[in-house]
Amino acid sequence: MSRFLLNRLLGMVVVLFGVCLFTFVIFFVLSPDPAVQICGKNCTPEAIDQIRENLGLDQPFWTQFWTFISGLFVGRTYGTGPNAIDCAAPCLGYSFQTSQPVTDMIMQRLPVSATIAIGAALLWLLSGVAGGLISAVREGRFADRFIAGLTLTGMSIPNYVLALSLQFVLVVTLGWLPFPQAVSFGNDPLQWFLNFLMPWIVLAIGAAAVYTRLTRANVIESLQENYVRTARAKGLSPGLVWRRHALRPALTPIVTIFGMDFANLLGGALITETVFGLNGVGKLAADSITKNDQPVIMAVTLLAAFLVVVGAMVVDLLYTAIDPRVRVGSAK
Amino acid sequence: MSDGSEALLRVRNLVKDFTSPGGVFGRTRRFRAVDDVSLDVATGETLALVGESGSGKSTTARMIARLIDPTGGTIEFAGREVHELTGKALHAFRGEVQVVFQDPYSSLNPKHTVERIVTAPLVYQKRKVPGGARAFTGALMERVGLNPDHSARFPAQFSGGQAQRIGIARALAVAPKMIIADEAVSALDVSVQAQVINLLRRLQEEEGFSCLFIAHDLAVVRQIATRVAVMNGGRIVETGERDQVFDSPRDDYTRKLLAAVPRIRPEWDAERRRNEQARKDRERKEAGR
Amino acid sequence: MSTATDTAAPLLRVRGLTVGFPTAAGTTDVVKSLDFDLERGGALGIVGESGSGKSMTSLAIMGLLPKGATRSGSIEFDGTELTTLRERAMRAVRGDRIAMIFQDPLSSLNPYYTVGTQIAEAYRSHRKGVTRRQARTVAIEAMERVHIHDAARRVHHYPHQFSGGMRQRVMIAMMLSMEPELIIADEPTTALDVTVQAQILDLLAEIRADTGAGLILITHDLAVVSEVTDHIVVMREGDLVEQGSAERIFTDPQEEYTRMLLDAVPRIDDEIGLLRTTAAPSAEEDR
Repeated sequence: MSRFLLNRLLGMVVVLFGVCLFTFVIFFVLSPDPAVQICGKNCTPEAIDQIRENLGLDQPFWTQFWTFISGLFVGRTYGTGPNAIDCAAPCLGYSFQTSQPVTDMIMQRLPVSATIAIGAALLWLLSGVAGGLISAVREGRFADRFIAGLTLTGMSIPNYVLALSLQFVLVVTLGWLPFPQAVSFGNDPLQWFLNFLMPWIVLAIGAAAVYTRLTRANVIESLQENYVRTARAKGLSPGLVWRRHALRPALTPIVTIFGMDFANLLGGALITETVFGLNGVGKLAADSITKNDQPVIMAVTLLAAFLVVVGAMVVDLLYTAIDPRVRVGSAK
Repeated sequence: MSDGSEALLRVRNLVKDFTSPGGVFGRTRRFRAVDDVSLDVATGETLALVGESGSGKSTTARMIARLIDPTGGTIEFAGREVHELTGKALHAFRGEVQVVFQDPYSSLNPKHTVERIVTAPLVYQKRKVPGGARAFTGALMERVGLNPDHSARFPAQFSGGQAQRIGIARALAVAPKMIIADEAVSALDVSVQAQVINLLRRLQEEEGFSCLFIAHDLAVVRQIATRVAVMNGGRIVETGERDQVFDSPRDDYTRKLLAAVPRIRPEWDAERRRNEQARKDRERKEAGR
Repeated sequence: MSTATDTAAPLLRVRGLTVGFPTAAGTTDVVKSLDFDLERGGALGIVGESGSGKSMTSLAIMGLLPKGATRSGSIEFDGTELTTLRERAMRAVRGDRIAMIFQDPLSSLNPYYTVGTQIAEAYRSHRKGVTRRQARTVAIEAMERVHIHDAARRVHHYPHQFSGGMRQRVMIAMMLSMEPELIIADEPTTALDVTVQAQILDLLAEIRADTGAGLILITHDLAVVSEVTDHIVVMREGDLVEQGSAERIFTDPQEEYTRMLLDAVPRIDDEIGLLRTTAAPSAEEDR
């Protein structure tokens, strides 16, 4: 077991290093000279050189890459002498636009994205699994067909269309919800909840549809399994047959995709956050892309990659815990 | 019979190791599935390779058909080393050795008609289909005991035994020198099994192909084999002419296998034959009156 | 002779059992008006090819027919009519008094639970007030009775950690822990190696001798029933072809179909019957 963990951890490090290198190469090779960009309109060649030197852009590729990586772990220092600025680990550099430390910017935005992600994930998990169960129990009946219609609709509406129309109907026309504004949970929990309700719904609806279908298919399939027949032949009550022998095998695959989907969302919901004006990581990404704020784009990319890789590992570990067949070292 | 000079297939010291990767820090685990196996199959004979699951019999068959590579040893087919064949020679080999698998449904493409399935080996071999696909398929289906009018049907429309006949028809399409039957009748009901064995025997008499018959059921093997090789734990523990192996087995494991076969009491069988004879006599007498 | 049998009713009495499946063209009967008895402590073989309705017969007795299937006729178990029993009452019979083992032991065991849990859960659901620990002990004892070595340790293992024959032993242990009066075994050895098959058949015989349970053995292989059962029912496409004592069926079959089945059994000491006479493949019907 510990060997399995070690293997996975090592694999994770390799993947993250690869992602770092890849994003670094893209920005190094593809983007216009950031020094020129930072310097602005009234600029002299000397000033540009100074900026280059401060940011370390005059160094060869591998040196820059090394400085970046070590900055993540031990921090780094920009410039020399009295003008030097210390950037503590984990250092992701400074925004070209606002000169703020990127790490701080991300840490400020992360709670918002996390709130959105957790709420949406709970919503789609509960509604998806419930919808799937109802469909499976009432297979072929009205409820099943009704839910099938809903899921089809849910899957075919693009996020931004749903976001805009929800906002228009619920806020502008009906006035049921307040226009979203930044309120912390501690100040006004109700306002906070209403604020996040729309983004949660928008993000959850597509996934809920997918989870409904998956749950339905898995439950129907597991009910056909021979071991369900065995359980019934043992004289177990229908409740026990369902709970232990139909649901557990059916829901296990859902746990695994849920982990990945959730990790994906933690890295920011670009469109939804932008539409609702929520200052999360997704909005940060959108803003920094339009302004070509390289350190921020890179940090957001790395964060997303990190979350996905960690998510994948958590899912693997969960799977090992849930499904005895994958457990390593279970020789006869 | 097993004199090397006339053997169509000659296997010597065949070894297959399977390894399971242990990850970055783990040691790879090695498992020897086939251990120093040597056997010969002469032209026109049927060698039955018998053993229980995990004995290595199917792995051996797969190496001979060149579906997997051996770890060591040699496999000569018609005088040439099978695992050194390339290009045209390999292509020709694929036509000369055909495999019939255990599960007919999973080894026949469910979306293809019988006609397409049966002529596919010829198409891969870039040979002409003699007499056109329809007539060719019809003739083959008739020979394996299927209704030739059903050539446009799909595998799922046939019963298990019939689907296995399609598998045999496909193997026969290229007139192979050898058929490898890998548990080809194991999944069939007893009555259907008997018919398919019967079919294989008749076809072999007509066509003269050699057969490597992989099975775990000795009673089945008794019906079809010329010679028998018994495998256990990756090794051949006993080889011999059929009657010698069945009547005076030398190895303990062979004896154990033979003892395990469920059998109808011989005295019941004998009495049935007497009763049947009596019944026929009676009927004849009644008819004669 | 009949006075002796009148005092003790048979363990199982099946009369006019008919199982229907709804199809596009109306209902198709897969079991047609079947009659048979199983004496107390007796062993009955139901023999037929796939599609003969032999498995549906066993599921009908258990009350486990697939959705949509209909059942009519009478199934009397130890004097109780099962067809009119409420589901709750039937559940008390199922697993406890009538137990069933199936063909493929791997897919018939839930991969997510240890074999101990799966043996114990049947026991606990039938015997109210049994503690987890007591059920565990029963599971270990049951595993020991089917000759699984080191049962105290293996009770914690999962189905995939057992070989095919051992899995079938686990299935039998599961059933045995309830001490059923009737055991229905549906092709219990078809997926197993020959030597393992012999062991499982021996085990079933041993359990019958120990507990006096009745046995219904369902198979396509007459050689298997000839070693185990004393009464045989031959079925074809839902119809009863003939039935009688094992000796009578094997020595003096009355029906052509039974003779064909007998001829088809490959003999270890002879080339016989169908294999000598080159029968036409017409016995296989189109689907």
